Amino acid sequence: MKASLKWLGDYVDIKLAPRELAERLTMAGLEVKAIQTMGDTWDKVVIGEVVAVNPHPNADRLKLATVNLGTEQITVVCGAPNIGVGQRVPFAHVGARLINGYTGEAMSLKPAKIRGIVSAGMVCSEKELGISDNHEDILVLPPEAPIGVALATYLGDIIFDLDVTPNRPDCLSVVGIAREIAALTSEPLRLPTIHYEEVEDSINLFASVSIVEPDLCPRYCASLITGIKIAPSPNWLQQRLNSCGMRPINNVVDATNYVMLEYGQPLHAFDYRKLKSGQIIVRRAKNGETIATLDGTERALNPDILVIADKEKAVAVAGIMGGVDSEVTDKTDTILLESANFDQATIRRGCGYLQLQSEASVRFDKELNNELPLLPLKRATQLLLELAGGRAAKGVIDVYPGKSAPKLISLPTQEVERLSGVKVNIDEILKVLKALGFECQENNSGSQILVSVPYWRSYIKCSADLVEEVVRIIGYEKIPITRLSSPLPPQKSKLSPVAQQSNLKDKLRNILTGFGFQEILTYSLVSLEKLQKLSPRLELKVQPLKVANPMTREQEYLRTSLRSGLLSTLAHNQKFESAGIRLFEIGKVFLPHNPPVIATEAKQSQVERELPQEKDMLCAALSGTRLELSWHTDKEMLDFFDAIGIVENILNQLGLKASFENSDDEGLFPRKGANIIVDNDLIGILGELHPKVVQAFELLGVTYLIEIDLEKLLTKLTGTKQYQPIPRFPSVTRDIALVIDEQVHYRRVEEIIQSFPLVTRITLFDIYRGEQIAEGKKSFAIRIVYQSPSHTLADEEVDQTQEQMLARLRKELGATLRG
Amino acid sequence: MLEQLRDLHTQALDELDEIDNSRALELWRVRHLGKKSTLTKILRSLATLPLEERPRIGTQANEIKKALESSLEEKEKLLQEALLTSPLKSLRLDVTLPGRPLPTGRLHPTTQILNEICDVFKNMGFQVIEGPDVEWDYYNFKSLNIPQHHPARDMFATLWIDTDAGETARLLRTHTSPMQIRMMERERPPIRVIVPGRAYRYEATDATHESMFYQVEGLAVDKGITLADLKGTLFDFCRCLFGKERKVRFRCDYFPFVEPGVEVAIGCSGCDGTGCRLCGYSGWIEILGAGMVHPDILARVDIDPELYSGFAFGLGVERVPMLRYGIDDIRLFYSNDLRFLRQF
Repeated sequence: MKASLKWLGDYVDIKLAPRELAERLTMAGLEVKAIQTMGDTWDKVVIGEVVAVNPHPNADRLKLATVNLGTEQITVVCGAPNIGVGQRVPFAHVGARLINGYTGEAMSLKPAKIRGIVSAGMVCSEKELGISDNHEDILVLPPEAPIGVALATYLGDIIFDLDVTPNRPDCLSVVGIAREIAALTSEPLRLPTIHYEEVEDSINLFASVSIVEPDLCPRYCASLITGIKIAPSPNWLQQRLNSCGMRPINNVVDATNYVMLEYGQPLHAFDYRKLKSGQIIVRRAKNGETIATLDGTERALNPDILVIADKEKAVAVAGIMGGVDSEVTDKTDTILLESANFDQATIRRGCGYLQLQSEASVRFDKELNNELPLLPLKRATQLLLELAGGRAAKGVIDVYPGKSAPKLISLPTQEVERLSGVKVNIDEILKVLKALGFECQENNSGSQILVSVPYWRSYIKCSADLVEEVVRIIGYEKIPITRLSSPLPPQKSKLSPVAQQSNLKDKLRNILTGFGFQEILTYSLVSLEKLQKLSPRLELKVQPLKVANPMTREQEYLRTSLRSGLLSTLAHNQKFESAGIRLFEIGKVFLPHNPPVIATEAKQSQVERELPQEKDMLCAALSGTRLELSWHTDKEMLDFFDAIGIVENILNQLGLKASFENSDDEGLFPRKGANIIVDNDLIGILGELHPKVVQAFELLGVTYLIEIDLEKLLTKLTGTKQYQPIPRFPSVTRDIALVIDEQVHYRRVEEIIQSFPLVTRITLFDIYRGEQIAEGKKSFAIRIVYQSPSHTLADEEVDQTQEQMLARLRKELGATLRG
Repeated sequence: MLEQLRDLHTQALDELDEIDNSRALELWRVRHLGKKSTLTKILRSLATLPLEERPRIGTQANEIKKALESSLEEKEKLLQEALLTSPLKSLRLDVTLPGRPLPTGRLHPTTQILNEICDVFKNMGFQVIEGPDVEWDYYNFKSLNIPQHHPARDMFATLWIDTDAGETARLLRTHTSPMQIRMMERERPPIRVIVPGRAYRYEATDATHESMFYQVEGLAVDKGITLADLKGTLFDFCRCLFGKERKVRFRCDYFPFVEPGVEVAIGCSGCDGTGCRLCGYSGWIEILGAGMVHPDILARVDIDPELYSGFAFGLGVERVPMLRYGIDDIRLFYSNDLRFLRQF
């Protein structure tokens, strides 16, 4: 909403500087987004009188206008068709800052030779002054405009651009904003007095209103004016509309718009003669009914849309836009003026169906009060009689099925302090509320105030709303600064599943960044293609949830895997990064079907489908060189065993030990993927990414992937750690080299060695294949540490254990000691 | 035998004089004091000597051993000192050579800021909980005083989940506020929680708008909680995150689920309050909406609004690093370009 300071000044004395006033309004909830000064660039523009207009000797369309500026007369070239002797006009001297009428860009006026005539200055159009888009005509000022005076003094204004919150439809009007200023600055509010002459004939002789849907149209008021003359509005009115960003059209439309801006009540003028039998019927549109609206569009209607109809057809979409057929034109001589109220939800739905909004619908969508329409109707009737002549029929039509009593709220005086912490005495409360138009009655003890809510504040519904009114007018800056003093709730156990889960996520983030992984956060919404591309056969394991109204196809489905975001990010960064990249994300995936639980939390009565399962996952990717290029290191590439090592270390830090078995995850390279097993349960996978997936995501080179289900991991963390005494007796270290068949996995060797109680540590430190051993065999070099918690080991004891160990390795795995 | 010992001693000392580096010294030690040295051999063979020679030779050999050991120690000290005081430039390490690289990782800037924010509130006794991203219309809107067709729905352009006919509408939460209701349904006062999480909007993206962003919701409910407590809590928070020099504005604003309502803005870092593109020429940047929990909402979750009161706030997380680091495009956060992420 734009509001002119000059206009506001009609209703309230404004003594604060504009910036200060804006600050007060903003603090009180009515945010001033911008302050625009009309005329702050007009320092070289003055008011002049056109004293002569002569043809340009060299151009048919141009004229030479002589302008009297009081102290001098200047002749300039002018192309406007409307220039005439006797007019008061804005005259720009050389150097004036104007807007180029053709390009719309700011410019500084320079002397020019136009078709051989030197022109030092210019008579300005509204566009050149930045008032409106009108460039055709020069701006003609009222005859009383003082010659020689700076235009800024006469026409300048300050425009507040206000961001009005949905609860303040009253501030979509100049009067509403003025009332706010009056309350904030303790100034009285002056409202216009409304009075006009009526003729003998009652309006009921000419027109009738029937409301078929009283729930959707609680009130419909109308007046009738005959014998009017359509003409452009006077200058002052056009200026005011322009200042609020509305385009002047003619005196009738301008008057209705003016009153809408003034009071916040949308009005509509019908050409009475185009309404069949002068009948107004407020009803739902019929199926298949159409209407051509004022914007020139033919629109299909449906029964959810409310229309104003005459006996035959719809003549307006109620509260949204009038119809072309009943539009006021140059020939109109009688108008029926509508001032009504419509159901907010119906207007909102209608705007949605029609994809149409108007200044009127924006206001109706904020739930205007049923008491509002009558006063603005009379104000507009008065204004129309002044502007367009004519005679008003006697009385108004006022069909009012939705009348209700004013709302009463009981406000305990203590409530202001209880909620706001600001000590306010009852007199101050009463003063603020009364200034805002609330009627107040206190009880004898002064402990309660019975407050009657004025009709323009329909969003005030409870005592907390009144507390806000009091505190915001007193000023939020007066609220003291205190700290919470209420008792702390009992602290949740760190061992609760919820605490552990968020704790686990933090821990993992720290571990992974420590291992050189950069954390990323990617969108929850992805494209279907990206999810499909995770499978070499482009198949979806889980059908993802779809968004009904996606912004883009790139963000249409809820991710069922973190892989797509991670791999896309990897591909993007490979374009810029030459060294190896390690990325991870910890976040939710969305699986459409939650495991069945009884929906106890949901309040609705009907049976609900459960919300999707939102599951925390960890996904990491690594590719490229192990370390960045340096003089210390060879260009070693990250490989499968980096991935294994990272997982082993993550789990180790959490106090867990993983085992690995071959995986058939289809996103991984066949035979080069591993399942991560903890306590016999699969908690994730790792491995080399399938080449087709690599290709689909346009990745450069081999990529390794790690994925861990955090819920499953969490279930493994339930055991508390148990302290082990630090060994007191020395250990014995032995290295062995075992020759074994290629197909025997290392884990089986390790399991046998591990099964001997004296063994405390096993390290595989070399794998050899080659000339020195038979084909189809490999050699494991293993370091074994023996230690006893109870005594110092004797060599013989270790020898004996190792012999038994080798015997078992030979028997069960065919392993021999390498000679 | 005694003579042999004396020669051995003299020879060892002569050799020691010539030594000028620690490697040669180690070789000398092995040669003269090691397991296979003559001196060791003599000491080991004492038992084979005639009984009357044993004490003399034994004493002599042990004395020589001790003497050599202390000479060795002395030489070691000398060499060490020489190394420390050597004027030789060639011995100097080129300390300007780059170090050995380590793979380095960082937390996403949003995570870093979330951790900071949560820490501040944890210190004030708030507990951290999380909630679902996919919500019912009930929790996201209706229970928060935003019924269908309420004009305030314009403030929350919504991404809806595709739903079969007859199913209840689900959506991607447009704010973290649904957790206020879930929390108050579960717990009784005193309540003091914060809820970090993702929120989503049906919104064309530009430098200041994202379709996905993070919020931190806060909620405190008990007897006697006031707007002044909210102001104190949020001022403390702003001071912790932006420093005590930064201006903070606490003004009236409207959100259907709080009454009285509040907006908190902090002085723009781009222009120091004089107005620039970053703050839309207002000098202020809004960072959170807040207010006293609406009495209708307390009543809805069976908390008596005449006895209890509470405050709630919703903070836009990305605003914080944008202000602090002068990031002028919110889209940088979730496009995850390493050249961006590695700056934090």
